[in-house]
Amino acid sequence: MSDAPLLDVRGLQAWYGESHVLHGVDLAIREGETVTLLGRNGAGKTTTLRAIMGILGRRQGVVNLRGHDLLRLPLHRVAQAGLGYVPEERGIFASLNVEENLMLPPKVAEGGMSVAEIYELFPNLLERRWSQGTKLSGGEQQMLAIARVLRTGAKILLLDEPTEGLAPVIIQRIGDVLVTLKARGMTILLVEQNFRFARKVADRFYLMEDGRIVNSFAGHELDSHTSQLHDVLGV
Amino acid sequence: MSTIFGIPTPALYGQILIGLINGSFYALLSLGLAVIFGLLRVINFAHGAQYMLGAFAAYLLLEYAGIGYWPALIAAPLIVGASAIVVERTMLRRLYGLDPLYGLLLTFGLALIFEGAFRYWFGAAGKPFSPPSQLAGGVNLGFMFLPIYRGWVVIASLVICVGTWLLIEKTRLGAYLRAATENATLVQAFGVNVPQLLTLTYGLGAALAGLAGVLAAPVYQVSPLMGSNLIIIVFAVVVVGGMGSILGAIITGYMLGVLEGLTKVFYPEASSIVIFVVMAIVLLVRPAGLFGREE
Repeated sequence: MSDAPLLDVRGLQAWYGESHVLHGVDLAIREGETVTLLGRNGAGKTTTLRAIMGILGRRQGVVNLRGHDLLRLPLHRVAQAGLGYVPEERGIFASLNVEENLMLPPKVAEGGMSVAEIYELFPNLLERRWSQGTKLSGGEQQMLAIARVLRTGAKILLLDEPTEGLAPVIIQRIGDVLVTLKARGMTILLVEQNFRFARKVADRFYLMEDGRIVNSFAGHELDSHTSQLHDVLGV
Repeated sequence: MSTIFGIPTPALYGQILIGLINGSFYALLSLGLAVIFGLLRVINFAHGAQYMLGAFAAYLLLEYAGIGYWPALIAAPLIVGASAIVVERTMLRRLYGLDPLYGLLLTFGLALIFEGAFRYWFGAAGKPFSPPSQLAGGVNLGFMFLPIYRGWVVIASLVICVGTWLLIEKTRLGAYLRAATENATLVQAFGVNVPQLLTLTYGLGAALAGLAGVLAAPVYQVSPLMGSNLIIIVFAVVVVGGMGSILGAIITGYMLGVLEGLTKVFYPEASSIVIFVVMAIVLLVRPAGLFGREE
């Protein structure tokens, strides 16, 4: 693990139309690290991921991937630079079956998982490979959304609330998958409200409030920050 | 002579054949419109002009370059597709994300310009275009006389429709197209060059219209207004089938063509409005169209 960050975000600002939603986000992720963005609804977590990807229209600041400025690239080149995006709404396509959904994102680099490895990690998807994508259960759709970007050779996963609305047993399953990915050396930027889930995988936490990072600490320091977390997250 | 419901069978079969021929063009044209509308959300009013351009390309290739029907069947759609790509890159692309009305007005204006220019150069009268010698003449099927070229049009258009459907449903490119129709931003976020996909799709849709134009040249005459006569009916077909539904466009095209032919036999006075009556009923009962999904 080198010290230079793989993904370096500095002073990132973003707007939805006229409204200014990110007011200078700073975060850095080193290769192989799993970093979690915590914050309550509307704090700007999802917006941060969307701004890093370039799905938002107007942005300012710096987003560097291995020294390449992502802010200058058109959207499709950002994925090609090595970002694998798993959106909050999962984005499973209804007009594609499971296998077509899985095969949709083009390969961006060598070193992705093979389809056989992916089906080994997600046996449910193999069983239902010919089903329409949106006929899957919520948990299966979430697994498909994650599986889809593992094939491409993306170096960094951007995961937006993968546990939202899922049953505990499925959340457990997704946690296991993240541990497996981490063990394979994947770099992960995770957005979560469920910090009990996130603590199993996160090396570091960033805490967001009102479009800014208000604190950051290492995973093992989570317990000493519980009172602030309860305060900021309102849990 | 045998009759069905008091109609001589040769007349009945003849009208069904004419219905299938018209239906072939309805299907080919509404297929292209559906592909374009599905992904670009543009109501391509230039579609009839692009069909006319295909027919004229074949006519001009033959008149001035001595290039016959078979090579023109490939060359004319390529020419029409290339011209559509120029239109998309220079003009249409600027209108994405705006109200669909802007795309409609632009393509409508382009249709008027193309048709006006060709009328200025070639006059409004139709130019005859002979079918290739291999497809000249006809055969007596026993129950009716079938001009070979017309049989060819029905078969060729079926093959093209099925081929396009397979391209969209069974290939990687088609999966991109279907996914981008649902959520273009996400598909682009996965690394697919969606702007290029939009350009190609518009080119493909226009090329299909151009191909229909070449097929039509020996059946109807080649004239600057041949597209605008047809396009209104084709829009009705698209509305009946359901905006953006590929299979719906194909099936509805043939169905309404045959229905129109049958109406000519049983109640000729209604034949020119029957498609619009069906459209009105479908709009009342199922506004999303027979094969469309509610949005």
